[in-house]
Amino acid sequence: MLCQLCNERTATIHLTEISEGMRMESHLCETCAQKQGLAVKSQIPLNELLSTLLAAQSESQGGDAPAEAVADLKCPACGMSFKQFVQKSQLGCPNDYRAFGEPLKAVIEKAQNGRLQHRGKVPSSAPVDTRDQIRMMSLRQQLEEAVRNEDYEQAAKLRDIMGNLQ
Amino acid sequence: MKPADLSNHISQWFDGTGPGADIVISSRIRLARNLAGYEFLSCLTNPRQGEVLKKLKEALLSLDLGEAVFFVDIDASSALEQDVLVERHLISRQHARGKGPRGVVIAPSESFTAMINEEDHLRIQVFKTGLQLKECWQQIDRIDSSMEQKVSYAFNAEYGYLTACPTNVGTGIRVSVMLHLPALKMTGQIDKFFNAARDSDLMVRGLFGEGTEAVGDFFQVSNQVTLGVSEEQVVNEFVELIVPKITQYEAAAREVLLSQQSDAVDDKIQRALGVLKNARLISSQEALFLLSHVRMGINLGRVEGISMEAVNELFMLTQPAHLQINSGGALDADRRDAMRAKMIRSRLCAN
Repeated sequence: MLCQLCNERTATIHLTEISEGMRMESHLCETCAQKQGLAVKSQIPLNELLSTLLAAQSESQGGDAPAEAVADLKCPACGMSFKQFVQKSQLGCPNDYRAFGEPLKAVIEKAQNGRLQHRGKVPSSAPVDTRDQIRMMSLRQQLEEAVRNEDYEQAAKLRDIMGNLQ
Repeated sequence: MKPADLSNHISQWFDGTGPGADIVISSRIRLARNLAGYEFLSCLTNPRQGEVLKKLKEALLSLDLGEAVFFVDIDASSALEQDVLVERHLISRQHARGKGPRGVVIAPSESFTAMINEEDHLRIQVFKTGLQLKECWQQIDRIDSSMEQKVSYAFNAEYGYLTACPTNVGTGIRVSVMLHLPALKMTGQIDKFFNAARDSDLMVRGLFGEGTEAVGDFFQVSNQVTLGVSEEQVVNEFVELIVPKITQYEAAAREVLLSQQSDAVDDKIQRALGVLKNARLISSQEALFLLSHVRMGINLGRVEGISMEAVNELFMLTQPAHLQINSGGALDADRRDAMRAKMIRSRLCAN
């Protein structure tokens, strides 16, 4: 069934309204339902996040020129522009993480609750110092947590492990 | 092995035998990975997408996973076969309806699947019945490390594992539990649970059906943040904090229902049974809704003579694609509703 409003996309939201004894049914796609303020969002609306972010950047820098500069950022490896990323909310290749620099960092910070540094598994093929660095940062975080929870036994253990790594 | 060979029995992750399975039906962990040196799917040409598929398929099939895994070419599968895999949660709807060379490697026990060329090049998943997230993590970590010996993943020191969407970057981990929360729903506290989950950066979705609507009081709760926290931290938070809290609320709500509104609860359960045992046409939504009440009734000790196994099996086998593939081909909605009603009657009345 097609959406009643745009007649293009499949209707995935089906509404039955009963008012003054009259029954009204409407069938909408997610996009049109959202425009009507109806759809329940289940995930971070990344598209929305990105466009607000771009708009905010252009305002804070006074004028459209810097926003255009951001939108025109292009990855030399896959050819995707920042603007295309905003439209698709999908990156083009691993190099985009480097090519889109600060603007992408701002997006990641929003999507990841303020976090910007990986703490976790590192492939065994990664250089040893990369692995140790990430491990150290993760241990430091755990140490701070242990101290905050006054778990001094755990803190001492973590300090020993960190000492051995250095 | 083919998708149709899976369709006549229940998935292990839904068999209700795991620890705490009256509330926590199952645990799942997924890792998102991409190959270094290849564009993400949005910029990958068809021939290169084929190369990624071949590389990952060969690597996956050469792993020692403790059982003989099999590969399904999703691009060459029928819509019905694709839908059976979606209904069993082995692939996503997005993967089923995607484009170009793509596939999935499945373990016959359905405890492990690996989607190739979904949103990322590789998405590995491990499922277990009940609350067994630590076990899921141990297993998926081992599988992921063996894959690393065979292919090289896109990774950098700052952002960790690089993914097509920045919402997965870092560990690429999605930790989920599937929950049955009928008492929170009945006592009108489910919205409180939604809000609390959202405040703790968790994502809540319905387990069955499309979109956000939770049919039959089944919910899936997952982490949202993938960067700046280690895999163990995410898993521990679920095991030690999030799941115990939700379980406690649901158990308390069940107690309240039994002690203060036992007539209302019994009425709901018996009416559900009445319809299920007598209906001649039943939609999958209505079946899920009513079976959910019966499942709660069995867990509360209010239903006799019907096994949990039979009810769990009906949840899975009465889904549209399962009904059709088990009856040998496509059926229109009316025929499906009649077949579904017949299947439910025969299973519930035989007991």
